[in-house]
Amino acid sequence: MGHIATIFRREFAGYFATPVAFIFIIIFLALAGSFTFYMGYFLERGSADLQTFFLFHPWLYLLLIPAISMRLWAEERKQGTIELFLTLPISLAQAVVGKFLAAWAFVGLALALTFPMWITVNVLGQPDNGVILAGYLGSLLMAGAYLAIGSCLSALTKNQVIAFVLTITACFLFTAGGSSAVLGLVQGWAPEAVVTMVQSLSFMTHFQNIAKGVIDLRDAVYFVAVIAAWLAANVLIVDLKKAD
Amino acid sequence: MDTMIATDGLTKVFGAKTVVDNVNLTVHRGEVLGFLGPNGAGKSTTMKMVTGFLRPTAGRAAICGHDVLDAPIAAKRHLGYLPEGAPLYPDMTPRGFLNFIASIRGIAGAEKQRRVDEAVARTQLESVLAQPIETLSKGFKRRVGLAQALLHDPDVLILDEPTDGLDPNQKHEVRKLIREIAPTKAIVISTHILEEVEAVCSRAVVIAEGRVIADDTPAGLVARSPRHGAVTLTVAQPQAETVKTALSALPGVGAIEQGKANGKGVRLTAFAKPGNDLATAIAERAAAEHWPVSDLQTERGNLDEVFRRLTQPQQREAA
Repeated sequence: MGHIATIFRREFAGYFATPVAFIFIIIFLALAGSFTFYMGYFLERGSADLQTFFLFHPWLYLLLIPAISMRLWAEERKQGTIELFLTLPISLAQAVVGKFLAAWAFVGLALALTFPMWITVNVLGQPDNGVILAGYLGSLLMAGAYLAIGSCLSALTKNQVIAFVLTITACFLFTAGGSSAVLGLVQGWAPEAVVTMVQSLSFMTHFQNIAKGVIDLRDAVYFVAVIAAWLAANVLIVDLKKAD
Repeated sequence: MDTMIATDGLTKVFGAKTVVDNVNLTVHRGEVLGFLGPNGAGKSTTMKMVTGFLRPTAGRAAICGHDVLDAPIAAKRHLGYLPEGAPLYPDMTPRGFLNFIASIRGIAGAEKQRRVDEAVARTQLESVLAQPIETLSKGFKRRVGLAQALLHDPDVLILDEPTDGLDPNQKHEVRKLIREIAPTKAIVISTHILEEVEAVCSRAVVIAEGRVIADDTPAGLVARSPRHGAVTLTVAQPQAETVKTALSALPGVGAIEQGKANGKGVRLTAFAKPGNDLATAIAERAAAEHWPVSDLQTERGNLDEVFRRLTQPQQREAA
């Protein structure tokens, strides 16, 4: 655990060594706000909840998380620091988890800074704060899943642009898998079981369950399992590709 | 003597190309091994395998008795490594970077401060500690990489071109540092600066096309030069032919090389047949026969030449 904490601290501080952190947080907050107010008609709905706020999170993450995750391993490989990093007395799993947790904490910080939304809705009405908390937890879990995909794919290449494009594509499949457009394509011909499987793999389906306040352990377990699976793949890919 | 590094049949194949071919090396405490070879000979690949970064196609490597693949963490605890090109995190400051390395190495508290200060002093980084690494000159970056490798006082140091990019003063300091710490450690340095091998190494291993082709002391390697033990003398022009004939008649003399005439006379070099000491015989003969010799010296040979003969296949076959 000590090694993970040390790696976490270095990586987390790394976001603030350059303007990356500030730009990311500002864009994240601006987009989250404008989606909610302009596209979600937050005020016009006249409903004291954050449904419209959370509704756009999958799309927000789809756009912004690959920008955070793309450098995780691609940069280490490009700079050659991976050789220094992985000849320190740490395990590969510690390296992968330490980096992932730092990125997750950073996105968590950006998410936490949306708290004025929560204050606004509490000033305007009497929302169910339990549902809102569930929405935040669900959003954080979903962000972790996007990041795990991105971290894994960034280990495939030295090129951050390639990592970004691969991650956006993979994340899009996981996001849109539950949308009516994709399901409609499958529904016409595939057996019911396949439709259910495609739907059950979608981040959207699981996230919306949680964000509605329906806390089903299965939805949380789903995200944790997705994170674990992609990080396990991440360890394998780093091991295979580190010296290329 | 303690065996600190051992490799057994270390081999790496990339595609159809064998980059490292059955390398067996043992390095003991107190040894400074200079790892020589032309670019692309497999030096860095060998080092990457010994440090556990790269998985060998065949063979094993162990550091302080710990196999680098079976017990990587134990092996890496004993290892200080400066990878090729001294990669560093550009956004960090040297202080932040060295603190990170110390923490990862399990050094904490006052001990951490002491170790970092010591590594900084040894590599003379005091003036740049708070500056982002990306703004540092090549020489400073190399020294940050060295400081990082030395920080935990490891038993084994593997340094891939430690003096690349340093100015002559800095090179001198780094070599002095390596000599100072050498008695308690096993050190491997790769380099293509041959004078460095003579300056700091107790042993020189030459690798070409992935194979070890020489493993000797630097002096032993120099002695392989055909010029080793050759005697060069400058004689006045009129007597040059007489002297040349007399020289070739001396026992132990091989070929004679005649240089161009200059103001002082003609340079004649008598090559020694292996195991012969020519200097005394020639000096006595010159005195006895009153040769007009203005200059007489014994050559010790030239490492560059030995290196070229060993590593260039066409020359190797000719030799």
